[in-house]
Amino acid sequence: MSTLEVSPLESSSGRPGEPVINDFSIQVATVNGSGSQTANSVLLRALFQMGIPVSGKNMFPSNIAGLPTWFTIRASKDGYIARRKEIDFLVAMNPETAREDVLKLDSGAAVVYDEPLGLKELRSDVHFYPVPFDKLVAPVCPDAKLRKLVRNMIYDGVVAWLLSIEMPEVRKALVKQFGKRKAKAAELNWGAAQAGFDWAARTLTKTDPYIAERMNATAGKVIIDGNSACALGAMFAGVTVVTWYPITPSSSLVESLMGYMKRFRHDPETGKATYAIVQAEDELASIGMALSAGWAGARAMTSTSGPGISLMSEFIGLGYYAELPAVIFDVERVGPSTGLPTRTAQGDLLKNAILSHGDTRHPMLFPSSPGECFSMTGEAFDLAEKFQTPVFVMTDLDLGMNNWMADPFPYPERPIERGKVLTAEDLNRLGGFARYEDVDGDGVGYRTLPGTNHPGAAYFTRGSGHNQKAQYTEREDDYVNNVDRLADKFETIRKHVPRPVVELNPKATIGLVAAGSSDYAVRESADQLRREYDTETSYLRLRAYPFTQELTDFIRRHEKVYVVDQNRDGQLVALMRLEFEAELIARLCSVRYYGGLPLDARTVTDEVVRQEGL
Amino acid sequence: MSTTVTPPPKKVNRIGLEVLNYKGSKTTLCAGCGHNSISERVVEAFYELGVEPWKVAKFSGIGCSSKSPAYFLGQSHGFNSVHGRMPSVATGAMLANRNLIGLGVTGDGDTASIGIGQFMHMVRRNVPLIYIIEDNGVYGLTKGQFSATADVGSTLKTGAANELPPFDCCALALKWGATFVARSFSGDKKQLQILLKAAIAHKGLAVIDVISPCVTFNDHDGSTKSYAYVKDHEEALHELDFVPFYEEISVEIPEGQVRDVELHDGSHLRIRKVGRDFDPTDRLAALSALEEAEAKGEVLTGVLYLNTSKPTFLELLNMVEEPLATLPESRVRPPAAALHEVMEELR
Repeated sequence: MSTLEVSPLESSSGRPGEPVINDFSIQVATVNGSGSQTANSVLLRALFQMGIPVSGKNMFPSNIAGLPTWFTIRASKDGYIARRKEIDFLVAMNPETAREDVLKLDSGAAVVYDEPLGLKELRSDVHFYPVPFDKLVAPVCPDAKLRKLVRNMIYDGVVAWLLSIEMPEVRKALVKQFGKRKAKAAELNWGAAQAGFDWAARTLTKTDPYIAERMNATAGKVIIDGNSACALGAMFAGVTVVTWYPITPSSSLVESLMGYMKRFRHDPETGKATYAIVQAEDELASIGMALSAGWAGARAMTSTSGPGISLMSEFIGLGYYAELPAVIFDVERVGPSTGLPTRTAQGDLLKNAILSHGDTRHPMLFPSSPGECFSMTGEAFDLAEKFQTPVFVMTDLDLGMNNWMADPFPYPERPIERGKVLTAEDLNRLGGFARYEDVDGDGVGYRTLPGTNHPGAAYFTRGSGHNQKAQYTEREDDYVNNVDRLADKFETIRKHVPRPVVELNPKATIGLVAAGSSDYAVRESADQLRREYDTETSYLRLRAYPFTQELTDFIRRHEKVYVVDQNRDGQLVALMRLEFEAELIARLCSVRYYGGLPLDARTVTDEVVRQEGL
Repeated sequence: MSTTVTPPPKKVNRIGLEVLNYKGSKTTLCAGCGHNSISERVVEAFYELGVEPWKVAKFSGIGCSSKSPAYFLGQSHGFNSVHGRMPSVATGAMLANRNLIGLGVTGDGDTASIGIGQFMHMVRRNVPLIYIIEDNGVYGLTKGQFSATADVGSTLKTGAANELPPFDCCALALKWGATFVARSFSGDKKQLQILLKAAIAHKGLAVIDVISPCVTFNDHDGSTKSYAYVKDHEEALHELDFVPFYEEISVEIPEGQVRDVELHDGSHLRIRKVGRDFDPTDRLAALSALEEAEAKGEVLTGVLYLNTSKPTFLELLNMVEEPLATLPESRVRPPAAALHEVMEELR
């Protein structure tokens, strides 16, 4: 076994020799398909179980096996869980990227690497820990075929020793990860983790400053990805028809929904399902089925990403014009076209707001956390049925597919709202109805469901011109009246969408505005601006489109408002420019990131500093 | 002494409804359009069977054919959707309410061109639906372009000839899973009415391809979808008779010449052999009969295939008996304990 010779180094963060506790990022560089996901999740969970705030970001390729993958874990005693650009602790397992990964590190970082890669010669200002993985894995894993997978657990053991991660927590995380049914696999992997830990304890001398120390900041919390949270939201919102077509990064939303529905949505006596989940032949069919199921009275949804939304565009225009309820999850990824299918962006905002030909407007909700993925999904179903229109739930790959700490979701208190649906009894009382008549002055007509036992229940739904009675028309006044009513309806929707979160700072002259997963980086950036540049900011986090009065007031209150976008063209700020008067538009500044990785605070801070001339 | 004039009793069907209850608004299609005849047969079939109109949901895509659901069953909900996507629209509504009687009407442009993908997947799923293709081989609303069912050599009014082979929607439906496949001619009132009644009684997907001449753009000498051509080349496979479930079967079936197929609701479809010996439960035989007819330029009409045992898409989904659409909150929102259980697992 090799002995380690490392020249004493000074840490870049903190004073020389002083430990850096619970404030570091670990990056594991592996090859896609090598089974590192389990090992990475176990590390993440072990830190979480030690009470340390963590986040995990998987940067994976669009490939089944063979291309490079990076998994980044950030531990932050201050609770910052946005991606951090700087890597403090690299686990270099991928020969293809190891050199570049090491050369990118800041001085003072630590590197655990597969010994044959010989990385030590690359530079002298980082801490190197070579590990003979092949030698270590052979004794603990007699089955050669499994060694490729099991060797990942060895780095868990080595990293645990180096960072002082408690091994009982590693074991607990491992058992949780494998579940009761895979106890044998759990034991095999536990053996490997222990071997790594024991070897490190015997062989290595720790020279880097990074230390994990038990704290109490995660008590009661759960770890969940946004897609699973949306799935739970849909199940507890009483979804009945789910149609979808597989696409990264949204597939796991419906896949986890299938798992939950199988457990909780079968009639206990008959075993029959109170739902239908259909994998359609494409996105055109999945949205067609969802909208029509909504038309027929189901709580219907579909889930997709940008390319799927592009295909759905025609149908969503029908949904708007014929007034059909459905919830559409758009787990955004990098476009245009196929783009970067496994990288994150918020690049569908402008498109979805006005999706389809002609004059259309669609509500969008912007959850920023798993908790909001859960609660806003419920709100989306209510909005869709109350306002008889397609509603988008906008998340992104970062929120949807990565694991997040979250408070347990509170059970929905309010009953489900199904909107204006007339029954046969209602029709007997009323004598009849006109489908698109604005009876209540809110732009929302009354509808009936097919199968309603009444001779006056039927109406004819169409995407062609229609009057109040849903009859075909090409008359100028009928058309104008109808689309004006739809505009009125959108104004009603504006009063009912989730309000933004506003944090006013009386000392601030500049404001920050963001939506969805940008929240974490923007909050951290506000702290950086205060700490490093003595600059105070207010913050408004948008939770929905159409925008509400709070945004207008916020812009009015600040000299400059920085709108943070995860796309090249500033789509969120563009939507504001479409609505606001010139005086307000003049205050809007744009901060954009579009490299495909989860947004980090430094990118936001640097851009605000540049534009402010700080 | 006064005399009161008693009006003659109105003619009603077995559930007390007049034929008026089954009619729709006035057609806006051309006079003589085959589609109008089909609409009339739909009215008759539903009236005579005594189907409650409110149980029916009508679906269509875009085109002349897709306008026609407005012209029948005015007391049924209708959904005129987007071009070629009616199968998904019908599927979605049937998922939401499995008790509906789904009736889809499309054209050859809708089904065989822009919507062939959705058509094939609907066939594959055996969605319970009556699916009528009003097939005239031409785009009418855009003024006379070829569709994908136009025969090789058939010409447009301009004289332009079609050189590409047609899709035979019946052959496609047969091969990939429809459980009721028929072809008819809009001018053959009796046959079409019986086929519609049998389709209503059938539980799975019933595809009826109805040759329906376009009097404006495709009823000339070079067309193989003209009234004259079909009248000359139609070869009925059999004579059909339909005995509804509410009528007692009294007539004895003559041996050999007649097949009596019981449909899902207890109705009977009687298939009387005319020309060739034809077994409508033999899919392969149906396919080869279509091939032979095509080679001879004949239009084979009647029931090509019938399968009363294959489960429908809705049956495969193992859903509750009631419509999903109207399940109460107590059945679709799991209790707080369920959420608690999931949250505990994620700690």
